[in-house]
Formats: sequence, C-alpha cells, structure tokens
Amino acid sequence: MAELSDQLLVVTVLAYLVAMICHAAEYAFGTKSHIGRAALRPERELVMSGGPALVEKSSDPVAEAPNPWRSVLIGRAAVALTGLAAAAHIGTLITRGIAAERVPWGNMYEFILSATFIGIAAWLVVLVRWPNLRHLGLFVALFQVLLLGVAGMVAYTPVGPLVPALDSAWFIVHIAAVSTSSGIFLLGAVPAVLYLMRAGYEKGKRSFPYTLAKNVPAAAALERLTFRLHAFAFPIWTFGALIAGPIWAEASWGRYWGWDPKEVWAFISWIVYAGYLHARATPSVKRNVATWIAIIGFLTMLMNLFGVNLFFGGLHSYADV
Amino acid sequence: MTRPWALLRNSWRQLTSMRTALTLLFLLAIASIPGSVFPQRNVSAQQVSDYYQEHPDLAPTLNKLGVFDAYASFWFSAIYVLLFASLIGCIIPRLREHWQAVRMTPPEAPRRLDRLPASAPAEETDGTPAEAAARIRTMLRKGRWRVTAREQDNGSWTVSAEKGHLKETGNLLFHVALLSVLAGVAFGSWYGWHGNRILVAGEDTAFCNSVPQFDESGLGARVDEADLPGFCLELTDFQAEFLDTGMPSSFEATVTVEENGAVTAGRRFAVNSPLRLHGASVHLLGHGYAPIIRYTDRYGVSQERVTPFLSTDSMLTSDGVAKFPDANVDPATGQRQDDQQIGFQGIYVPTMPENGMVVQSVFPAENNPGLTLIAYRGNLGEDAGVPNSVYSINQAQIDKGKLTQVGEAKLLKPGESWTLDDGSTVTFVGTRDYATIAIRSDPGQLFVLFSSVLGLIGLTLSLNGRRRRVFFRITAADLRESSTTTSSSFMEAGGLPRTDYPGFADEFAQLVAATRPGGGTAEGTE
Ligand code: HEM
Repeated sequence: MAELSDQLLVVTVLAYLVAMICHAAEYAFGTKSHIGRAALRPERELVMSGGPALVEKSSDPVAEAPNPWRSVLIGRAAVALTGLAAAAHIGTLITRGIAAERVPWGNMYEFILSATFIGIAAWLVVLVRWPNLRHLGLFVALFQVLLLGVAGMVAYTPVGPLVPALDSAWFIVHIAAVSTSSGIFLLGAVPAVLYLMRAGYEKGKRSFPYTLAKNVPAAAALERLTFRLHAFAFPIWTFGALIAGPIWAEASWGRYWGWDPKEVWAFISWIVYAGYLHARATPSVKRNVATWIAIIGFLTMLMNLFGVNLFFGGLHSYADV
Repeated sequence: MTRPWALLRNSWRQLTSMRTALTLLFLLAIASIPGSVFPQRNVSAQQVSDYYQEHPDLAPTLNKLGVFDAYASFWFSAIYVLLFASLIGCIIPRLREHWQAVRMTPPEAPRRLDRLPASAPAEETDGTPAEAAARIRTMLRKGRWRVTAREQDNGSWTVSAEKGHLKETGNLLFHVALLSVLAGVAFGSWYGWHGNRILVAGEDTAFCNSVPQFDESGLGARVDEADLPGFCLELTDFQAEFLDTGMPSSFEATVTVEENGAVTAGRRFAVNSPLRLHGASVHLLGHGYAPIIRYTDRYGVSQERVTPFLSTDSMLTSDGVAKFPDANVDPATGQRQDDQQIGFQGIYVPTMPENGMVVQSVFPAENNPGLTLIAYRGNLGEDAGVPNSVYSINQAQIDKGKLTQVGEAKLLKPGESWTLDDGSTVTFVGTRDYATIAIRSDPGQLFVLFSSVLGLIGLTLSLNGRRRRVFFRITAADLRESSTTTSSSFMEAGGLPRTDYPGFADEFAQLVAATRPGGGTAEGTE
C-alpha cells in the first residue's frame, strides 16, 4: 500500500503536469470566445506557447484563424486531466491512510498532500459554478505540480503511526479544518496573482508579466473570486487554527496557546488575512493593495507549510521532516 | 485650552481609523516573527542558555530588547494595546449606530425606483393600493424582512423593507469577542500558575503541590505560593508501549491522588487525556527511568539513591548521576571527610545491543538493561554555595583535581555489584519509571474558549450576511390613464443591495414574482 501511494503521487504530479500543458496549449492557440476575437485582431502579439519559446503569432497565417474546435477539445482535455489528477491525488491519500492505518494527517508530507487536495477539490467546485474561469486552470495545475513536487522532495516521510500526542479526536478536527482552509487559501492566491496581472493588462500595460493575463477572465471577476475564496476559508482557519488547535494543545500539553513557532505562524497568517478582509472592506484602500495583502498571506501560508518545519522545529512533531 | 483638546481628539480619530487598524494589524504580524526565530524563555529556558553559549556577544543585547520573551516584551505589548484601544474606539460608535439602525424603520422609497440597481416596471396587480400594500407587507414579514408600509398624500402606497442587520450584528459580536478573548487571556495569566516536575514511581518520591516541589514553575502576577491547591500525587504505575521501530504508541500513568483529605487510588491519565483535579490539571508530557543505586561504604554503611536519568535520544539512552556526599563518615569520629565523598556518573541503556557499543540503547523499553558507571572520589563541591546540578558531576572539581576518577568505567546489569579499590561496593538495584508531568491551572481558559466560539459565530454571520433593501410603490389604477378596471392597482418595485451580493438580482426577481397575484412565497435567505 505504501509503495502504491508513492507511485500514485508520481501519477498525480504527472497528470497535473499534462493538464497544465493542455491548458497552456489551449492558452497559446486559444480561441475562447472573446480571446478568439482578440486573436483575430490584426495586431502583432507575443504569445507564450507550451514551451519556453515565444512565437510571433499574427504573422503566422496558420495561427491567424485558429481552429476553435481543436482548442475547445484541448481545453476539455485539460479539465478532464485535472479531474483525473485529482482522483489520483485522493488515491494517494487513501492508500497512504490504509498503509498507516489512520487518517493520513500524521506528518507534514501528508498534511501538504491533504491541503493541496482540498485546493484542487475547491477548484473543481469553482469550475462547475463558473465554467468560464477555466483558463485559470493552467495556474492551478502549475501550483499543484510545484507544491506536490516540493512536498515529495523535501517533506517526504515514510509511512508510520501517529505519535501518542497526535492520537486524539481534537487533533483530527484540528487538522481537517486547517488543511481545508489552507487548501482554499492556497487556491485563492491563484486568482489574486492573476487579478494583479490582469488589472495591469486592462490598464494597458503590455510588458512581460501582464501579457500573461491576456486570456484570463476580467479583473473584476478575478477579484471577486479571490475575495470569495478567502472569505470562505477565513472562518474555517479561525476554527481550525485558533479554536480546535488550542483545545487539543490544552489536553496534550496543558496550555492552549504557547507561542510555539507553528502557532506563531498560524497566528501571523490569521492576522494578515484579517488585514486583507479589512482592506477589502475599506473603500479608501485600493483593491490591488488589498490583493497584495492576500498574497502576503499566501507567503505566510508557505512559511507555515514548509518554512516552520524546516527552520524552526518546535513542539509540533510534524517538525521532523 | 482647546488646543490640546483638539490634538487629543484628532489623535483619537487617527487611532480609530481603519487605516491605523490595518497598520497595527500588520505591525502585530511582523512583531510576532522574532518570537518564532529566537528561542523563548517560556518555551525552553534551556534553548535560551544554549543561545547565550553560541552567541555570547549578541545574546545580552537581544535580551535587553526582550527578544527571548518576545510576547511579553514592551514592543509587542505596545502594539496590541494600541490595536485594542483602536478596536474599542472603533466599535463603540458602531455599536451606537447599529443600535439606532436596528430600531429605525426602513426608509421611505426613493422617487425613482427604476434608478435602483434592481427594479421591476409597473404592472397591474389585484386590489386597491392599501390592500396590495397589506398583502406585500404580510408576505415580506413571513420572509423575515423588516417592513413599513406608508400611505402617500395622493392615495398611493409604498412598502419599504430591509434585511441583513445580522451582518453588522455579527461583525460587532466578532470584534467584541476579540476584546473578551484578550480579557480572558489576561485574567488567566494573572490568576493562573503552572509547574513541571519529574515524578518517580514510589511512595517515598510522591509529590505534594507546592512551589519548592516543582523542578520549574511560574505563578501568575496575582497568585501567591499559599494559594496553590493542596494535593499529593504518587505514581503507582506507568505503562509505555512501543512499536517495533521504537516509536512510542501509548503512555499511561496511574497515580494515587490525595485531595481534600480523600485518597483515591488508580487514577489514570495519558498524553492527550489529562488528570483533572480541583483547580488544576495534570498533563503527562513524557517518561523515563530512574536507576536505583546502592552504595555501601568502607565502614559498611549503605545508602540508596533513586535518581531520574534524562534521556538523550528517542531510544531512551539516559544519563544522570548518583551522589553520596555523606559517604565514608568514620563511625568512630562522626566526622565527614570532604575528600572521601563519592559520586557516580552513569549512562543507563534500557536495551543494550546484542554486541557492539553499550552506550547506546537500541530500544526504549527495558529488554536488556545495563548501567555503565564511572566512580569519582573526592570533594563533590556540594557545599560551595554554587547551585549544583542534580544531573551532572561538578566538572570544576574534577579540573581542580579535587575529584578523581576511581578505576575504569564499569557496566552493571540489574542486581550486579562492583567493588571499588577501597572495598566499598556499589550495586545497581534496578530502576523505577518516572513520568514528566506538567501541572497547570488557567482560570481564564473556559472564558477564552467561550469568547472565541462567540467570535466565530459573529465572524460567520458577518462574512455571510448581506444587507439589502427592497421598495414597492402601489398606485391606484384610476390614477393612471391606461387602467381598465377600478379594483386593481399598479405596482412597481426596486431593490438595493447594500453589500457585495452577486445573487441579489435573483432574490429580487423571486420577491417580485411572489408579490404578483397568485405568486409563490418569499422565503428568502437571511
Ligand atoms: C484585533 C484585531 C482585529 C481583527 C483580528 C479584526 C478582524 C476582522 C475581520 C476578520 C473582519 C472581516 C469580517 C467582515 O468582513 O465582515 C473585520 C471587519 C471589520 N473590522 Fe476588524 N478586526 C480587528 C480590529 C479592528 C479595528 C481596530 C477596527 C476599527 C478601526 C476594525 C473595524 C472593522 C470593520 C469596520 C469591519 C467591517 C468591514 C465590513 O464592512 O465588512 N477592526 N475585522
């Protein structure tokens, strides 16, 4: 079972990678309704293709009139592959759980697997509700490949049982809530970054990072999605990290809060995301400033997932990656 | 006279602005970082002194800045005190406004309903304007809207309705809950206390709750030593289970508790499941072994020591010392001879490897135990007034040549003895288990939990609530030329979402449809 889980992880990462390439292909040759129209405009535009090479598009008569049918097919394939990757992803988790005979949340590696799975599940929900956001899939898949890749490389831990301190009902509640909200926060960074690029693009910026946002949905839609995801994840994070976690810590160590590095960074993320919600609710604060705060929040989450465990250690036995 | 007053008022306004709140939130986040980077005294005093050893130049400066007690430092406190002042200044006027808003009747409908973000053009409806207004009102009331119907001078009616005050209620509840969490934390830190202790199994090593009996303790500012509840604990059993890999799978301690004059035997507690006593809880943090070492001196006097050894690795290789400062007292003179004291430094290995190095355990349970001792004779340096570790031999005395090693290191199995050069013997009698326990009392914690749950409820209401208003205007048919009958009226409607609410158009359309004759009900969302 344990080997199966490890192999499934490879399958998962590869499937996300292929999904990403399909999204990129659709992106490059793309003709999503309004992009198709844009692509037919007689402008000279630089477009990223699947590879690192930049091709000049409008001078190429073949690409001049892209085949919508083909590109829609590629787009569908990308979504299907993402679904497949998500299936392999949960398979990785389940086989891991079976191998360890417990919930697969016993160490940092498993935790990242869970959080990223929640992220992809939330993404699929977003896709069902707002299918026209499909083009963000490229970035979502890129994200998954990076996070899972790093998890597999630096955080991998062989299958093992829970140490006594983790063997508690509150621990399960705590981790379930924290991984759910982490996953959604992580996903929220995708529209946040794209919003910043897209908003720049809509203002007429045509330099490198902004051009990437040429084909993504309108800035206002991205901004709203960013907010929705963060506003959804925030109370769950509050519950998981600041209520369930302390309840468990009290039973286990005798104090509900002790400024352990892991706790500190959970608190920092909470404060930063509260700052984001404040900034967004304040009319005098510009939306892109608010969104930058969300991105800082994302960086603190990365610190939570990888940094604290690698640099600081502390009481959380997760620390030993 | 007015100037300082104006200045004060201005600074207060500044402090309670949202921009300041944002800045302070950010500062709080940044100020939290050093405490995760540098070792903290309240987490591990040992790591702080290690840091002093490693960075002798930097450490005192950092210490002055409060970096090793970051969360009690002046800068951290200053930020959160300002933040909470800002919070109070922010919520008091909002509470007042909200109180008024909740009691206020919904405002009169604007003249042009078609200018509102959502609107429905005039259409014919049943009954006179008064009847239609009453019908709409009832329907909205059922959907838990706050409704007012007003008759106009020209005989037409308007109905104004509002929903979603829960959003602001929730938001205020959340912020008030933050204050009450802080209050609970402060209360707990003033009136709480804690202590750590190694509790060795056995009646002679029982523990009674008092500060001197703790290895390490901390009392809140308002707690006096005499306030600690009196109870005694005797460890009667300790069960540790390990997996084949040596990873612990469960720990359970059994104690006899004497509390308020009553003795209860057989109370168990485990990691994650503390022992709750009156006014304190006992938490199991870890466990280890305390070797029993008997020394019979050259005059035939025996003494026994049970000293907890501290583990140095996950397989519970443990080290410690047994000191006998009163050994070798000549019974003829009764004089203690300072150069005849004896001390043993030992490494205890619960499971020795089949062959190879004996100094490292291969399993944490006692499958093949062995104790390696090094004997020292001379002056242990106990009386010099310098605090002396119970876990190590005084190295300074060895360096000064006042304490010298006797013979080679010697490995003993349980029950074995070793005869030293002067005919005295040391016996490794066996071991006892010990439990590392933390005893704590935090009278604020239930209150903190309660406040945070309230805060979470408030937060959810705040984030999911949506304020919106809808308006209806019903005009008698005869006021309009296009009318055909006299027993009907015309109704137009408008709606105004007051917070970001993408689903408003749908809700509005449903409401309007429901007000039409024979329309459905208007069970709305909150
Ligand atoms: C202790 C630190 C604080 C934390 C953790 C915090 C947290 C939050 C959170 C999470 C929200 C989002 C809820 C929502 O959008 O409805 C919020 C909203 C809000 N906060 Fe705070 N807050 C703090 C301090 C303050 C202070 C000092 C002020 C006043 C200057 C303030 C004023 C507000 C206001 C007006 C809203 C409502 C925004 C809206 O219209 O939705 N908060 N706060």
